[in-house]
Amino acid sequence: MKARNKRLLLVGGGVALLVAAVALVLTAFQQNLVFFHTPSEVYEGKAPTGRAFRIGGMVEEGSIRREADGLTVSFAITDTAKVIPVTYRGTLPDLFQEGKGAVVQGMLDAGGHFRATEVLAKHDENYMPVEAQYAIDQAHKAAQTVQQ
Amino acid sequence: MKAKFLVPLVIFLALAGFLAYGLKLNPREVPSPLVGKPAPAFSVAQLQAPEASFSSADMRGQVWLLNVWASWCVSCRQEHPLLVELGRRGVVPVVGLNYKDGRADALDYLVRHGNPYTTIAVDPEGKVGFDYGVYGTPETFLIDREGVIRYKHIGPLTREHFERVLMPMITELSRAG
Amino acid sequence: MIAELGHFALILALVLACVQAVVPLVGAQQNRYALMAVGRPAAQAQLFFLLFAYGCLTWAFVTSDFTVRLAAVNSHTATPLIYKITGVWGNHEGSLLLWAASLSLWTVAVTIFSRDLPEAFMARVLGVLGAISAGFVSFTLFTSNPFTRLLPAAAEGRDLNPLLQDPGMIIHPPLLYMGYVGFSVAFAFAIAALLSGRLDAAWARWSRPWTTAAWVFLTAGIAVGSGWAYYELGWGGWWFWDPVENASFMPWLLGTALIHSLAVTEKRGAFRNWTVLLAISAFSMSLLGTFLVRSGVITSVHAFATDPARGLYILVLLVLVIGISLTLFAWRAPRLTGGGSFALMSRESTLLGNNVLFAVVTGAVLLGTLYPLFLDALNMGKISVGPPYFEAVFVPLMVPVVVLMVIGPFVRWKNDDSARIVRRLAPGAIVSVLLGVGLAVVVGNFTWRTVLGLALAAWVLIGSVQLLRARVAERPGAAAGAGVRLRGIPAAWWGMWLAHLGVGVFIIGVTMVGSLESELDVRMKDGQTARLAGYTFTFRGVVDAPGPNYLAARATIEVARGERQIATLTPEKRLYLAQQMPMTEASLDIGPFRDVYVSLGDELEDGSWIVSLYHKPFISWIWLGCTLMGVGGICAAADRRYRRLAERRVPAAATQSA
Repeated sequence: MKARNKRLLLVGGGVALLVAAVALVLTAFQQNLVFFHTPSEVYEGKAPTGRAFRIGGMVEEGSIRREADGLTVSFAITDTAKVIPVTYRGTLPDLFQEGKGAVVQGMLDAGGHFRATEVLAKHDENYMPVEAQYAIDQAHKAAQTVQQ
Repeated sequence: MKAKFLVPLVIFLALAGFLAYGLKLNPREVPSPLVGKPAPAFSVAQLQAPEASFSSADMRGQVWLLNVWASWCVSCRQEHPLLVELGRRGVVPVVGLNYKDGRADALDYLVRHGNPYTTIAVDPEGKVGFDYGVYGTPETFLIDREGVIRYKHIGPLTREHFERVLMPMITELSRAG
Repeated sequence: MIAELGHFALILALVLACVQAVVPLVGAQQNRYALMAVGRPAAQAQLFFLLFAYGCLTWAFVTSDFTVRLAAVNSHTATPLIYKITGVWGNHEGSLLLWAASLSLWTVAVTIFSRDLPEAFMARVLGVLGAISAGFVSFTLFTSNPFTRLLPAAAEGRDLNPLLQDPGMIIHPPLLYMGYVGFSVAFAFAIAALLSGRLDAAWARWSRPWTTAAWVFLTAGIAVGSGWAYYELGWGGWWFWDPVENASFMPWLLGTALIHSLAVTEKRGAFRNWTVLLAISAFSMSLLGTFLVRSGVITSVHAFATDPARGLYILVLLVLVIGISLTLFAWRAPRLTGGGSFALMSRESTLLGNNVLFAVVTGAVLLGTLYPLFLDALNMGKISVGPPYFEAVFVPLMVPVVVLMVIGPFVRWKNDDSARIVRRLAPGAIVSVLLGVGLAVVVGNFTWRTVLGLALAAWVLIGSVQLLRARVAERPGAAAGAGVRLRGIPAAWWGMWLAHLGVGVFIIGVTMVGSLESELDVRMKDGQTARLAGYTFTFRGVVDAPGPNYLAARATIEVARGERQIATLTPEKRLYLAQQMPMTEASLDIGPFRDVYVSLGDELEDGSWIVSLYHKPFISWIWLGCTLMGVGGICAAADRRYRRLAERRVPAAATQSA
């Protein structure tokens, strides 16, 4: 094979690979990005239905309840402005407690109830999930804007 | 032909630009326009004795902390043990500003978690908080003897941050004059 | 007093690092041997002072000297001794000191094991390493001094984060750091070569053992970290695509590419630009990883208390180090084109393919890691990129890498006959596909994922056997017995063979766990049983089992298969006292073909407990595969060839640069 042809083939192969990789990354992003919404946004209907997303906030005091099977847990997550009920089946993280920050990932069902597939809590006593803190801050900013 | 060797550098610099911007996004460093200015004066009722009032002028001549908190505030609970310890050790007077809260809830909170405050001012509608530019609880202001705000901390105080930043300032301010 | 001595030693180390950064480089530029000779003693003295400082800090932890702030925040009188020692690096300041100490250790290792390098080249290498060291030691001193006093002293320490109080955490950080920092040597060699304009086969030969050694540490560090996550985080996952995991994985990917690219540069003088760029990039990824973990730009499990001022310092350091090297690259690289030509079907082509794919995978991982930050910066909403993205991108890109890995070693350098390769490999490939399909049916999980994984793994194993046979048959002087011929194979070849075999074993583990694992959450009371994957679990109650610095409830669960008792597992729910932090301690029965994994959840009002049961087929094969890769790396780095530098300073194959 001539050097020129070989070079062309190599460059062509490289470009094809790159295009394939970019396509791969884009589709993967399309399908797997998980957006984050605050409880207030969910309440206002800004969250998607039929697609997983995350909610952050604090677990409302006195809201944790176990169903009869002992495994399904329901609780409410709040940014201090709005409250979203959540159910989750499975083991909760060690640091999941009422009145503490948490982030849940899952989907809204037809009744506006959030079914979580994943529950994240902070990992040590100093660390509040950033997203949970963000949701609460947003709610306060909103409250203040209303006041002013 | 030579330009292609600059590509890695250009990509890297773009990346570094984003990272620098990412650093700036960090919510923990919000400069406050109030730092260095006189603390807004206020006179409101006290939580434990609603008939008595607390005025910021009462604290003239002392270096003190104004801690904005509420019983509904999650992050406040994180810093609470530290405040209780400060109160016990008597490092610095800590005045609480009970922000947009119910009186019963607030008292219940103190019973459950301990009361670190020398006095607690109540601000049910957030008016004082508005003057102080509070945008979320907890926030903590360091105020000097002349009533000037010297430092503002947004979010829960950590022990590390207190020892590293606040404590040296408190020592310095108490010594001066 | 001890803390002040440590602080002083750290200052001296910084001064020495600055000397080491400047004097030898000037010497090399002006060709003055007296100046070049300063590098070695400076590096060695610097190591002494860094180790001394490190020792002082450890002393403060061990003696529970809570006038040292770091000890007060990260240790406790009741902490077991071993965790007092490991607590030193379980925090930001201490881990930076460890970073600096490992860099210094690598530098001194270079002065010892590569002492036959030309004086000017050695001087440049030491200068570059000294500059990096100066950056990190000053970072430690100015923004994160580990010796800061706490006055008045704390009455009691706050203890190490309980998640880190685990045997896996004893060795994970040092291994990982040795790996991260180890790429600085390959980086320094590349910069030294760029500075001298001498980028030839000899340079590649000198770099190879160091790159491989760093890669071995990194492989081991990542594997241990993943093992730790598996049993300590309590739900049996072994890789999470967490930003900080990615931060260690990206240098690994590029390091793997670099090892292969160096092979081409050494043997054939080709890819020189690319190899230099990889050496710079691999170390850049290490620095970027440090930045991500330390700056708080990305929060994750691993992020210690973070601070934007520190982030800025590292970012500036990052920009200086990488910016200067890439500028140097752009300036020098145009002169480095050329090298041996090669045909489309050649060993070079397969290695080039492997390199490009590794680089693309690294880019995709980097994008996924930083994308949330980009969107946030552009104010386009908060998002998270989870494991599904990484899996969707990683698997399709790695499949061709594995295919090339099997083919590559059979292909000759420069030019080969495609028909010969096909004849050679097609039977094995066909058998592998059949095996993949057959095994997937046998294990009852006929999905494309299982078939693909098993077929690939089978092909790697078959290919390895074929490769070994071919190697034995092809050796010159084949008259001697097979044993003699086996012994005649150089260690570097065995290294390659073992590491590739390890990849096959690893794929088996990943595929089997991914396809066949099962789990069950149940509530259990005394005497109750649950069944999972043919195993019977019997709950035998919960007792108190306090430890030195925690309280614990310990359950006893008997595991049986049919009538046969297999194991008694004792998962715990602990409460660490100093931080009032609850922790789940899982209990495992480890076997060659499966793990049985049990962790304890919450207690319910009626006295029953929630228990999570997991069956993890072939999961140990993941770490067995990593071990094989690591052992392969050790063999390759230890090859005798690299120790004969003096005799073969200018190998015949070298193609001199312009």
